[in-house]
Amino acid sequence: MEYPPLDQIRESVMGDVITMDDLTNEEIIKLLDNARKMLPVAKGDIHLPLLQGKVLANMFFENSTRTRMSFETAMKRLGGEVLNFTSAGSSVSKGETLFDTMQMIDGYADVAVIRHPRQGAAQYSADAVSIPILNAGDGAGNHPTQTLLDLFTIREAHAEFKDLNVVLVGDLRYGRTAHSLSNALARFGVNLTLVAPESLKMPNEIVSDLKSLGGIVTETDQLYEQIKDSDVIYMTRIQKERFPDEDEYSKVSEIYTLTESDLIGSKENMIIMHPLPRVNEIHPSVDSTKHAMYFEQAFNGIPTRMALLCKSLGIDISREVL
Amino acid sequence: MSDAEMRRVTAICNGTVIDHIPGGQALQVLRMLRLESGISNPISLVMNVPSDKLGRKDVLKIEDRELVQEELDRLAIIASEASVAIIRNYGVAEKRQVGLSDELVNIIKCSFSNCITQNQREPLPQRLRVVSRSPVEIRCSYCGKIQDMAEIHERII
Repeated sequence: MEYPPLDQIRESVMGDVITMDDLTNEEIIKLLDNARKMLPVAKGDIHLPLLQGKVLANMFFENSTRTRMSFETAMKRLGGEVLNFTSAGSSVSKGETLFDTMQMIDGYADVAVIRHPRQGAAQYSADAVSIPILNAGDGAGNHPTQTLLDLFTIREAHAEFKDLNVVLVGDLRYGRTAHSLSNALARFGVNLTLVAPESLKMPNEIVSDLKSLGGIVTETDQLYEQIKDSDVIYMTRIQKERFPDEDEYSKVSEIYTLTESDLIGSKENMIIMHPLPRVNEIHPSVDSTKHAMYFEQAFNGIPTRMALLCKSLGIDISREVL
Repeated sequence: MSDAEMRRVTAICNGTVIDHIPGGQALQVLRMLRLESGISNPISLVMNVPSDKLGRKDVLKIEDRELVQEELDRLAIIASEASVAIIRNYGVAEKRQVGLSDELVNIIKCSFSNCITQNQREPLPQRLRVVSRSPVEIRCSYCGKIQDMAEIHERII
């Protein structure tokens, strides 16, 4: 086919967040500070309609529970409106291109959140429209808004990032959450241990990026010997839907599981995180321990996404909220 | 090129001489420039001659055809050190620089099977960015995947 000229690509918009590279360390810290200010608003204790009159398009071409709902709650608690799009039953099932779908949204909303099964779909959307695009997961690519809430959770628990021992566990090959989070953690001077079976190791280009960012990275397939020295254990689900065949999936599906007894001898303030949904990675016996942070982590999606929506729409929270 | 090297193939009257192609890469260069089939211009090819700069180099002479900048951009992907001379009436009329741009637009197609650009009906151009020049490393601007340079000639648009 003939490809069109470059001038069809829109200028990049300031508020786009496609990968963590779109935010400087200073911007990340400011977002986390602002997210903390948003906590009472996120809980519904204070009414603060900073985004009144604004419309968010939630463009979910792939399933989501927490990400879609926390963006929706964040927008609504700040007085904004939300359009929810799912590809089933839309023109996408009739063969509409992503480009055409996004043209429509460009006219309907002020900011769009997109999740798509194909890698690169968020950057492609950002090139197609003039409103800010927030990447909520593109295939096995990136998931930067999850990273922001993960960073918020770690910072609230440990105050500083530098020199923390963070262990990322599970599907590091297809896990977009792990891809984005490792990038940010490397930039903040964290000691990263990547725990995965051979078939699910972190892609080479990402490990090489982490090292060039100055990250201290250790790769292993052994989880249990890491627990004692960890400050954060970040479990991820082995994603059945990303495996080309079921046999390969069943070989590794239950390779890492944490139970309460595994945590004996761990640091007092060690936290266990998980982007959820979990399957067998964390036994329910862990839920009642002081280490379990994953449900609080899921809540933290609301204040961090509030801070991000405000940033993308040009609202300076530090001026609005003292 | 020295006189001895020049004598390996006949001097051309009009056209383009591409010198300092890394040894053994000339056939790939022909593919990159889409000169391997469907054209009638005479082409002379010298492979693996000794070179101070490269150890071994290839040389291509393409008669009655002056390469344009867009073609030189393609050439740079696999032969960024190559030198290009435009020949008119047996003399060097012009020397053109091979330069690898920071971004390759509609030159290479991303190889990753799950990249958004694999949908042929999506209308935006193919964009790949050059992240390293020596050795050349190219990544898709959308999905971020590093492209396999050994197969890059198969991804030419």
